[in-house]
Amino acid sequence: MKEKLKDALALVTAVLVVSALYMVFVYAPADANMGNIQRIFYFHVSFAWTGFIAFFGTFVGSLMYLIRKKRFWDILAVSSAEIGIAFCLVVLTTGPIWARPVWGAWWTWDPRLVTFLILTFMFVAYMIVRGAIEEETKRGRFSAVIGIIAFLNVPLTYVANVMWRTIHPDVIRPDKIDLDPRMIHALFMSLSAITLLYVILLLRRMDLEGMRDRVAELKKKIMKEA
Amino acid sequence: MIEVSRLWKSYGPVDALRGIDLKIEKGEFLTVFGPNGAGKSTLLKILSTIIKPTSGKVNTDGIDISSANEDARRRIGVISHKAFLYGNLSAKENLLFFGRLYDLPDLEKRIDELLAEVGLAHRANDMVRTFSRGMLQRLTIARAIIHNPAIILLDEPYTGLDQHAARMLTNLLKKLHTEDKTIVMTTHDITNGLEISDRIVIQILGKIVFEDRSANQTVETFERVYFEKVGEGK
Amino acid sequence: MGNYLKKVFLIAGKDMRIEFRSKEKIYSMMLFSLLVMVIFNFAFEPGAEYIKDVAPGILWVAFIFAASLGLSRSFILEKEEDCMQGLMLSPLDRSGIYLGKVIGNFIFTMTIELLSLPFFALFFNLSLTAALPPLMIVIVLATFGFIAVGTLFSALSVGIRGGDMILPLLLFPMQVPVIIAAVKSTGMIMAGSGIEMYSQWLKLLIAFDIIFFVASFVIFEYLIEE
Repeated sequence: MKEKLKDALALVTAVLVVSALYMVFVYAPADANMGNIQRIFYFHVSFAWTGFIAFFGTFVGSLMYLIRKKRFWDILAVSSAEIGIAFCLVVLTTGPIWARPVWGAWWTWDPRLVTFLILTFMFVAYMIVRGAIEEETKRGRFSAVIGIIAFLNVPLTYVANVMWRTIHPDVIRPDKIDLDPRMIHALFMSLSAITLLYVILLLRRMDLEGMRDRVAELKKKIMKEA
Repeated sequence: MIEVSRLWKSYGPVDALRGIDLKIEKGEFLTVFGPNGAGKSTLLKILSTIIKPTSGKVNTDGIDISSANEDARRRIGVISHKAFLYGNLSAKENLLFFGRLYDLPDLEKRIDELLAEVGLAHRANDMVRTFSRGMLQRLTIARAIIHNPAIILLDEPYTGLDQHAARMLTNLLKKLHTEDKTIVMTTHDITNGLEISDRIVIQILGKIVFEDRSANQTVETFERVYFEKVGEGK
Repeated sequence: MGNYLKKVFLIAGKDMRIEFRSKEKIYSMMLFSLLVMVIFNFAFEPGAEYIKDVAPGILWVAFIFAASLGLSRSFILEKEEDCMQGLMLSPLDRSGIYLGKVIGNFIFTMTIELLSLPFFALFFNLSLTAALPPLMIVIVLATFGFIAVGTLFSALSVGIRGGDMILPLLLFPMQVPVIIAAVKSTGMIMAGSGIEMYSQWLKLLIAFDIIFFVASFVIFEYLIEE
């Protein structure tokens, strides 16, 4: 039954992703100033937002793991972190693609972009730490500490970068864009599609981790019998 | 007195302890034998409040160590094959440091006595890194009993000692035993373990599988029992 | 409380005694700090005027690198001969161990930084006498924040294989807000700006210090307890 629910959710996600693609590329009008390149913004923003949610998921999982010491929370934390890193890579790729024609440079030290970059670095380090620890409870504990501390650093990193930029006013800042209502519809559609994508990926990834535990358990049992 | 009931410790899918029940009387010397991976160290670390059990209880003289572990810690001294001493501090500085962590009165006097007792008075001001393994082990004992604990826990204390140093350790432990301390030791050294303890248990795969009074066993009979039990566990 | 603090300082004092006695760590950190300043100098044209603009950045890179070298050794002291267990056996609360190590690391790092400062002035032909009092505030605030998180991560990294390589991966991204704030305010102080110009940066440093000191203080126990 639970499996069926997940399948249904995957189906809904697929439908939403397709609708989002339609709305982004067909339904929404091209931007008056930026042209078609602006269409990247719908997915860029959606992945950024959801990537952030994913790291928040790791934060919650980490916190709960330290309190409850239940493997479930560790699985939630690591699954969410992996998706977060993947989503952040999308953000960090689409960002420059957009920035090049619009701002005239592949990379700009935009505070949001920098924050995502730093956040990605932190969570890659989080994954490296996990890879370096064999013992399950220790791995859970150590990575939970990083998951919490790294997430707490997000607001400070962002504020520091905003302040850093405002002291350099010579850098181009995006003008406030007046959005066509159809653009807002497209944005909301892609936002919901990507958020659901996160949810279904998370559920599947957590199942996978559970299966890995099961395999390890069976392996141990067979080794003992042999 | 130490009362251990249904003690269980899991590291994720691995169960290091699977329901240990033990009762150790005041002044008793108990030795826990077992092969590597039997969970002996885990048991001792739980008794010393370093590790929290997954379930089960440990009471020392009626104090539940999980709820009042700072009080419990004052009553416990631990000797392991690692020294818990700083190489770049002198013997005396090390003892001063650990002694102060326990708020001991008349610390200087106590340290002089202890160093004399373990035969290191002449090396009091030498850096610990210059000590031999045997001297280090003797200083470790001084460190462990500096706060005059009622309970002494020993985790594989014979590891890495030569015969002479092992003899000295045995004599020191015998002396502590006569001072009415409750002692729990883990080891796989059958000869030494059997000689000094009142009671022996064998722990395999996180369970106590054998228990007897030391007086009922000779090295030969106990060796037979031990290898039989270890064989079963595998 | 008084008793608690007495033991905290006992631990800090023990660390200082060991490090000042062996001197190995002082010399390596000091030399490392100077080397960074010298090596960075080669990245710029000899005698170029703009070197004064990048000098604060070089100073803080030197400080942060030297400090992280020191941090990587901090808990190795406790790991050899398993002294950490000796500390955990004592009736001192786990947080006291953290606090003691933080104070030890802080005093130690501050010493190295203050000793490097005259060389910095020398290499970059700067007169720091007037700037010294406000600069001290920045150094204290930034170093404390760095050490507060760094001590927690140092305890974490000694517990994993290859930990000395992983420590910088955790430390540097975490320190982005500290580095930005320290570099910016140092630059303004050296340019003779009044405190109203950089008070915002000081506030950011204070926020960082409080958040990560409190978080690390609470989390430390969960990190070291199995």
